[in-house]
Amino acid sequence: MKEGQTVDTEKAGWEPRIIAFLCNWCSYAGADLAGISRLQYPPNVRVIRVPCSGRVNPYFIIKSLQHGVDGVLVSGCHPGDCHYINGNLVARRRFAIFKSILEFMGVEKGRVQFSWISAAEGERFSQVIKEVTEEIKALGPGKRFVKEI
Amino acid sequence: MIDLTIDDESLKVEEGTTILQAAEAAGIKIPTLCYHKALSWYGACRICLVEISMNGGSQIQASCQYQVQPGMVVRTDSERVIRTRKIMVELLLARCPNSKKIRELADELGIRETRFPKRDEDCLLCGLCVRMCHERMGKSTIGFAKRGIAREVVPPFEERSEVCLGCGSCEFVCPAEGIKPEDICKKEIKPIASEFDEKLSQRSAIYIPFPQAIPNKAVVDRENCVHFLTEKCEVCKEFCEADAIDFSQKDQLLDLDVGAVILAPGFEEFDAALKGEFGYGVYPNVVTSIEFERILSASGPYKGKVLRPSDQRHPKRIAFIQCVGSRDPSCNRGYCSSVCCMYATKEAIIAKEHDREVEPTIFFMDLRAFGKDFDKYYERAQKEYGIRYVRSMISAVKQMQQNKNLKLKYINDGREIVEEEFDLVVLSVGLIPSEKIQQLGRSLGLKLNKYGFCETQDFASVKTSKDGIYVCGAFQGPKDIPETVIQASGAASFVQGDLASVRGGLVTKKEYPPEIDVRGQPPRIGAFICHCGINIGGVVDVPSVVRYAQTLPHVSYAMDNLYTCSQDAQEIIKEKIKEHNLNRVLVASCSPRTHEPLFQETIREAGLNRYLFEMANIRDQCSWVHMQQPEAATEKAKDLVRMAVAKAAKLEPLQRLRLSVIPRGLVIGGGISGMSAALSLARQGFEVYLVEKEKDLGGIMRNIHYTLEGKDTQQFLRNIENEIRNNQLIQVFTNAEPKEISGYIGNFKTALTSGEELEHGVVIVATGGEELKTEEYLWGKNESVVTQMELEQRLSRKSSEISNLKCVVMIQCVGSREDARPYCSRTCCSESIKNALKIKETNPEAQVFVLYRDMRTYGFKEDWYREAREKGVIFIRYSEQEKPQVREDEGSLRVSINDEILDETLILQPELVVLSVATVPYQENKSLAQMLKVPLNDDGFFLEAHVKLRPVEFATEGIFVCGLAHSPKFLDESITQANAASSRASVILSQDEIEAEGTVAMVNTTRCSACGMCESLCAYKAIEVKTVDEKRGITTAVVTEAMCKGCGACVANCRSSALNLRGFTDDQIFSAISSF
Repeated sequence: MKEGQTVDTEKAGWEPRIIAFLCNWCSYAGADLAGISRLQYPPNVRVIRVPCSGRVNPYFIIKSLQHGVDGVLVSGCHPGDCHYINGNLVARRRFAIFKSILEFMGVEKGRVQFSWISAAEGERFSQVIKEVTEEIKALGPGKRFVKEI
Repeated sequence: MIDLTIDDESLKVEEGTTILQAAEAAGIKIPTLCYHKALSWYGACRICLVEISMNGGSQIQASCQYQVQPGMVVRTDSERVIRTRKIMVELLLARCPNSKKIRELADELGIRETRFPKRDEDCLLCGLCVRMCHERMGKSTIGFAKRGIAREVVPPFEERSEVCLGCGSCEFVCPAEGIKPEDICKKEIKPIASEFDEKLSQRSAIYIPFPQAIPNKAVVDRENCVHFLTEKCEVCKEFCEADAIDFSQKDQLLDLDVGAVILAPGFEEFDAALKGEFGYGVYPNVVTSIEFERILSASGPYKGKVLRPSDQRHPKRIAFIQCVGSRDPSCNRGYCSSVCCMYATKEAIIAKEHDREVEPTIFFMDLRAFGKDFDKYYERAQKEYGIRYVRSMISAVKQMQQNKNLKLKYINDGREIVEEEFDLVVLSVGLIPSEKIQQLGRSLGLKLNKYGFCETQDFASVKTSKDGIYVCGAFQGPKDIPETVIQASGAASFVQGDLASVRGGLVTKKEYPPEIDVRGQPPRIGAFICHCGINIGGVVDVPSVVRYAQTLPHVSYAMDNLYTCSQDAQEIIKEKIKEHNLNRVLVASCSPRTHEPLFQETIREAGLNRYLFEMANIRDQCSWVHMQQPEAATEKAKDLVRMAVAKAAKLEPLQRLRLSVIPRGLVIGGGISGMSAALSLARQGFEVYLVEKEKDLGGIMRNIHYTLEGKDTQQFLRNIENEIRNNQLIQVFTNAEPKEISGYIGNFKTALTSGEELEHGVVIVATGGEELKTEEYLWGKNESVVTQMELEQRLSRKSSEISNLKCVVMIQCVGSREDARPYCSRTCCSESIKNALKIKETNPEAQVFVLYRDMRTYGFKEDWYREAREKGVIFIRYSEQEKPQVREDEGSLRVSINDEILDETLILQPELVVLSVATVPYQENKSLAQMLKVPLNDDGFFLEAHVKLRPVEFATEGIFVCGLAHSPKFLDESITQANAASSRASVILSQDEIEAEGTVAMVNTTRCSACGMCESLCAYKAIEVKTVDEKRGITTAVVTEAMCKGCGACVANCRSSALNLRGFTDDQIFSAISSF
């Protein structure tokens, strides 16, 4: 980003870049189903497939934000549906705490989001992507952790 | 071949091609309206205009009809073209201002308003419908009539046509939504109803039957497909890029040589229209439970919104009516369908979760939550979700004319007749064997019962009346998912036994070339980008993605394929690996969930380790979901490829762990479950150790003398014991229990209390359960208060004591379904009926009272409940809050109970009070669970890996469970579960070695602080903190790779970053992140 640019001018025509960590068994499959059903959603999200939402280290999220990504979505199986019995519950506990740390660090609410999407919920996946993209768009570029040179 | 230029691109196309076709093939888009790929050109709309320069001059022509000529220079977007096209669109917009399609075209060209006077036509005269009907449907039902401005599309004589098929293709192609088949066709137009959506939505004649279909491929419905009606159409063929549609396919009769048959034909729902009083099929807002299931589904007709069919409004008050076509001899459905109480509860909860406003009410007779943990679910439904349960049957449903609401009349708690209005009524329909299934059974010569379900042999619920033919699932009797899955594995165990001598006879082993050692080599990535026909290529600019991929670091080679998954593409990938010495492969195409194994296999065949593979999903998660944004989709595809390349560069070859298997089983517990499991394994040819803590085999079954159906259990037990004793493969250890168990799947070591050390490949837990020793109702204080089992002992002795009885009171749910044990013991209702009938049989004069909370005689046991009532057994309901009182009065017993129907307290004076006490797990389960590192549920029963789909396995591989150790159940159910456990166990035992996935956790011991967080998190007990070097005092986490499932929960939680997950390492994921 060039120096002297204000957020407002940047916002015109600006599109957020979002990383989504999806678990292989539910949310990634839900994303596939959205595709099979041809449900259209904004093209701002790049998916990184992980075996389970429990695999998502909070540092992945920090790293993404440091890299200049504007938003992060983590999605796993619904509670009780985890392919690995309780990996998503481990993730839930972890992110419940992590959320408050993000808040403490000054990351706006909504920049990092968590959801449960099952393999049958293509419709919901596209809906979540729409909402997340809209919310992050409204927040503007994520610069909290980006070193400006 | 003809050379020409379109938009500066030089093309070579065949003679006779139109400009439009040439442009399309080159990926240049020209807007069209009256053009259709499957129809002859017409040139009516002039939207597809292009500017052609040749021989010094230039002209505007419709590209759909103008054929290519040598040396042509075509511009599709010159100023003149755009200007002319705009005028055409404006003219069309003036004619049909309400057409969505024309509005879209206008928007694309930046036209806000037409400058011509507007007319309100709904026909463009584009002739698509006329051509479609004539050329493809072979009917010519419609044609142009009149001239000039009066010109219109009509059927002959403007009368509705008899020739018309009512296929709707005219409506389908019409860009102005101006044609209605109802106005053309004399016949009634019937859309094809979707079977999967229970006819609540429509489908086309070529369709994928349901989202989870295997194979997930389209089928042609020959009854509705126009091709099969007129031999024409074949429009789908024009659009299928893979050329996969073959109308010449015929049904085939195949002859298969098999050694055994398993029948699993399922069930059908009871036709609710047969119970006319509920108005199903007449009132739109009366639906069956299976229809409601679709309504609730996210992929259903209303996309998961809770709506009612008549007006698609949110229903607030929903009534469920239970037992529609169940427990009803009037329609020959005397049995209980076993599952409806729970599915109604589930649907009510889901409806409530989808829409908080919903107020579900369930009208029922007895709430039969008899499955494992079902009662807790029922409790939650009431307390957490506020679902109302009303114990009353509905005699009739009436519709209100105005709002299509429904009025239900019933008797409430206060014994008054009340009328209540509901927005939607759901009928909980029963399960029946379809006529077709019954015919199948009959043609195989099988015995069916009076309801048409398959009859099975005593104590073997999967063996039909014919040797070698087995049955599982609802054809044997209505049942829930876990029982169905258990029976399926149980049936498989018998087949595995029958065919043990030829096991693996049809298996051929695949040979692979040795793996290329890629260690130390810099990454050389091959990127294969797929067009997937037009699925990706139609949206994403694939050639530019390939060009982009070539510029990425470490990419040595990149190419595109029409279908990367095709057979020839696999050969190409293999060739390119050799040619370019590739050591990592990336495929950018569809989903790794479906295609990763195929490509992994391909690169393995080329000598690469299968984990040196990465995929980018540019179809399901890109081209298909950004169809209107080709540029953004292309950018996204490039990003996805770049991120995947970054990860691929970091991939390491992984080894799948190979473990040898000790082909022996250990069965813990020598009751009927353990004995059956041992016998089943032995029948399949495996050695078995059977360990029993007492001095004799038999367990709790020694106290059971006959079944409800009147079968002799003791004779059966003796036979089984004999079989075990005579079987060389089974080694029995009595007075012995496991003291220590170590090892993992395929390689366990067990030390017994009797001193033996056993080595085995699997463990089957069959430790059983026992009757609760209750302190209620004077049991143990008064000799005349006995448990059902104690009564059964006396009954089996046929003593005169029984024949002299005048009055017996049985009390149900003693110790079950209350705070201390919030589960149903499942068997007690039927056991009490069994014993009540036995008393009536020896002494018809005896009065028998059964005091119950819900009679849970599920399945065919309902018939016996009815018989008991017919024989005069009196059933009186009590509630948990108002339990019956038993006291001693001058040496004789007094039972008082409040009768809800009479609304009076009855005092009974029985000579015998019989308690139906709970079935409880053994206390020893706790220590065994710790030894095996498997979980127990809150009630102390063993907890399986998945309550529905994996009912005999633990999450820890190689360990299985069956019988009462799992939950209370009947003899035949225990036996089937034992067979199921042995079937699942033999999957391991029948292999010489087993392969574990390569994507497992690993430990960097120098970083590990041995905090133990990982150990507490692992659901599979695959990681533990151990002292690995006592001398140097090194304590660290250790992964048992054979048990690790690769979820990565421990890895992400490691505070020292000592853990990593192979295939998804931190480094690999960071690479992907930082390349975005």
